[in-house]
Amino acid sequence: MALAQPESTALPDNVVVTKLDELANWCRKNSLWPLPFATACCGIEFMATGASKYDIARFGAEAMRFSPRQADLLIVAGRVVMKMLPVLQRIWQQMHEPKWCISMGACASTGGVFDNYAVVQGIDRFIPVDIYIPGCPPRPEQVIQAVIDLQDKIQREGTIGGGEFDVAARQKTKRALQELPMYGRARL
Amino acid sequence: MSAESTTLDALKACCGELPASEFRGDTRVTVSKEKLLDAMRLLKETRGFDLLVDVTCVDYLNYRDATDRFGLAYLLANTETSERLTVRVYLNEPELTVPSVVPLWSGANWFEREVFDMFGIRFDGHPDLRRILMPEEFTAFPLRKDYPLQGRGERHNFQRITRTEA
Repeated sequence: MALAQPESTALPDNVVVTKLDELANWCRKNSLWPLPFATACCGIEFMATGASKYDIARFGAEAMRFSPRQADLLIVAGRVVMKMLPVLQRIWQQMHEPKWCISMGACASTGGVFDNYAVVQGIDRFIPVDIYIPGCPPRPEQVIQAVIDLQDKIQREGTIGGGEFDVAARQKTKRALQELPMYGRARL
Repeated sequence: MSAESTTLDALKACCGELPASEFRGDTRVTVSKEKLLDAMRLLKETRGFDLLVDVTCVDYLNYRDATDRFGLAYLLANTETSERLTVRVYLNEPELTVPSVVPLWSGANWFEREVFDMFGIRFDGHPDLRRILMPEEFTAFPLRKDYPLQGRGERHNFQRITRTEA
């Protein structure tokens, strides 16, 4: 017996079908609110990125916020010394999820030329980093490219529940999928 | 402008014979740490050196022809006459204490804290001798020449924050 066919599945032109995750990612990636943690000359270059010539507003990231409660993108621009590191960690912890971090320039990413007793050799040793920008200091185009790359990453990996940030839980799920008999190796 | 000869004469009358030299128009005298406070009081109160420009220190470890480990330098200026004078005090371990000049010039407060922070020189009579640049839990004196350039691992003792935690 043939099933009854629906009369029509065509949608009007002004309706788009998507997943909720995709919609959330689309909203999030186009309204990144940066917190500029600018400690050195990279901060000056970042100001140029925000100014009218390069205009980071074209990519929806122009709303600079100097309170971690109001920002979702931490941009570390410049060298970080060990006395400043607890401050940086505190700021990262105060930011709300979803949140991302850009390490701008050689000093924030690796310590740069400052390998002495006081300067942290790369902030990724102590806080998570999503995008690294090389350069000393980077050109504004590179900062904009980093924002675009981060937008791609958010659109590709983001979930509305923020599950992509929960690395431990994700690995546990993967392990469970391998170990459960019905999803186990026999199926592979 | 170099120091006037009357200034040096007054110093000698107060503290005895002092080694003095001149280099490119800058005069410097060396005093012992026992005579330091007397000499500084004389310079401020009767010779008009009203401005303490800087207090700093040099570590002469492994320095060619050096006989003392640390050399303190007090840069003084008279803002009325533009007269300038450098007063030097040499110190050796383990007696790394000199009298503080904060009672004479309040501006010496942070200078002396910085010298203490970087070289471990103690200033007797300082009102608040704490570290000024390094974190309080720092234990070494990083500008001493026997301190390694890249530190002793102080930069790596912080907790790492991961995505799962915050």
